[in-house]
Amino acid sequence: MTISTPIVQPLLQLQHVSIALKKTPTRLLVNNVSFTIEAGKTTCVVGESGSGKSLTALSVMGLLSQQLQLNTGKVLFSDDATGAQDIATLSEQKLQKIRGAKIAMIFQEPMTSLNPVLTIGYQVGESLTTHLGLKNQALKSKVASLLEMVGIPSSRAGSYPDELSGGQRQRVMIAMSIACEPRLLIADEPTTALDVTVQAQILKLLDDLKIRMNMGMLFITHDFGVVADIADNVVVMFRGEIVESGTKDQVLNHPQHPYTKALLACVPDAEGEKELKPIDYAWLKGIDGHVTGTLI
Amino acid sequence: MSEYILEAKHLTKTYTQRSGKFGFGQSSVKALNDVSIQLRAGKTLAVVGESGSGKSTLARCLLQLQTIDSGEVLFAGQDLAKLNAEALRSVRKDLQMVFQDPFASLNPRMRVGDLVGEGLLIHGIGDAIQRKNKVMTMLKRVGLIEADMQKYPHEFSGGQRQRIGIARALVLNPKVVVCDEPVSALDVSIQAQILLLLKELQQEMALSYIFISHDLRVVRHIADDIAVMHQGRVVELGAVADIYDQPKHSYTQSLLAAIPGKKIATSLITKA
Repeated sequence: MTISTPIVQPLLQLQHVSIALKKTPTRLLVNNVSFTIEAGKTTCVVGESGSGKSLTALSVMGLLSQQLQLNTGKVLFSDDATGAQDIATLSEQKLQKIRGAKIAMIFQEPMTSLNPVLTIGYQVGESLTTHLGLKNQALKSKVASLLEMVGIPSSRAGSYPDELSGGQRQRVMIAMSIACEPRLLIADEPTTALDVTVQAQILKLLDDLKIRMNMGMLFITHDFGVVADIADNVVVMFRGEIVESGTKDQVLNHPQHPYTKALLACVPDAEGEKELKPIDYAWLKGIDGHVTGTLI
Repeated sequence: MSEYILEAKHLTKTYTQRSGKFGFGQSSVKALNDVSIQLRAGKTLAVVGESGSGKSTLARCLLQLQTIDSGEVLFAGQDLAKLNAEALRSVRKDLQMVFQDPFASLNPRMRVGDLVGEGLLIHGIGDAIQRKNKVMTMLKRVGLIEADMQKYPHEFSGGQRQRIGIARALVLNPKVVVCDEPVSALDVSIQAQILLLLKELQQEMALSYIFISHDLRVVRHIADDIAVMHQGRVVELGAVADIYDQPKHSYTQSLLAAIPGKKIATSLITKA
């Protein structure tokens, strides 16, 4: 399977995206965030909880909650068929055509994001019926091949989510999200709830799929170990702003921003040779417009 | 006395579960299958393994929060499994636990001061004022302030809640603390703070830890000895450095190979 569409412009471009609560539009939860994702590449967004990583991802899907609004900025998604379009301005109807078909998302908790009363085969097939109109035998065989692709025997299609382990459920989530061969896959901490061994399998699976289907991937995590394994480009977020971005090598091996350095310093290494440091916000004092928060 | 403060010998624990049509059948799972571990005084023993390997069952069985089928748990010369409820309660003062999920393990209706002081109350240590002072000192030691005693758990962040959990376990001056994945629910940045706090407290209070984790990077930093569990058995046991350098069992090797980001770790070290 080869996809040889010439890439004229990046798959996804976020331009100066700002998100705020509707009640307090001046207090920005995500402030002036811009980055791009190319087809076949993985961009990792790293940051602590509350740094706005998930909000950024949700805005790409047009899934921001009712209380939130996109203040300014464009989310340009370029599709072969329609060319670049701003997702932020699309109607709900048009968004539904994109969601699942062109942009898909894997959520953090595989335990809670599957419907417990529907079989996994049905849940994987749902988007195939909606977007591609597959039915009956064609649907069944497609679902079976998707499950096989993520390493679940197709005979399990009739199983319910509670009959599967955490890793298997996350595989089902992945099968669901890649069902319609999306151009862009958003993964919001897909391995945080999983064991290390399962995590390694899932990361490898995602990486393989990305190459095979030439997908762009937006990968959200707070673990630099995972970043080192999967990323092409890295974006570091802190309190709603991007503090540093660049290629994996630039950010991990030659971090420029003090926050990136502090964050890297508190990742324990497997050899135990590095001295463990608590996160250090001392650098904040030197920057105008910021108030130094208390530790944690 | 031996050099081991806590010793488990040949523990077994079997869970039975319903299976088959309408749950008429029964099948049993061996959660612990002839498990023996030793904790050296003042040291940290890490128990690693994937979910379902029996790590948490082991922790609960050591503290007698669950009954064991057979085997013995030796602490200070007595077999905990044979103690009656009353004797067990007085021993529990020396055996405390820090739980995994700081969001679920604190009673939302109790103030932090009461939460931390509950153990003192149960064991009847000191009068009200002494207890309050003890709680206050402990909270300050883990990095919280006096005013936090009046607050409820929901007013704290995940890292702060885990600090409360640690304070609650340590206020009784225990000898052995079982930490069941104390940092796996926390951000990387906060994880390091909690690990360092645990290390400092170990030095100050001469604690021995049993540290349950599935993150081998964390274990490398905090543990002295390590027990690798797989399907209810301890497959490898030894000093941390030895096992990381020369894992003998194939399961240990695969666990070590699954550590994410080996590249970053090595590149940082070569740079430093």
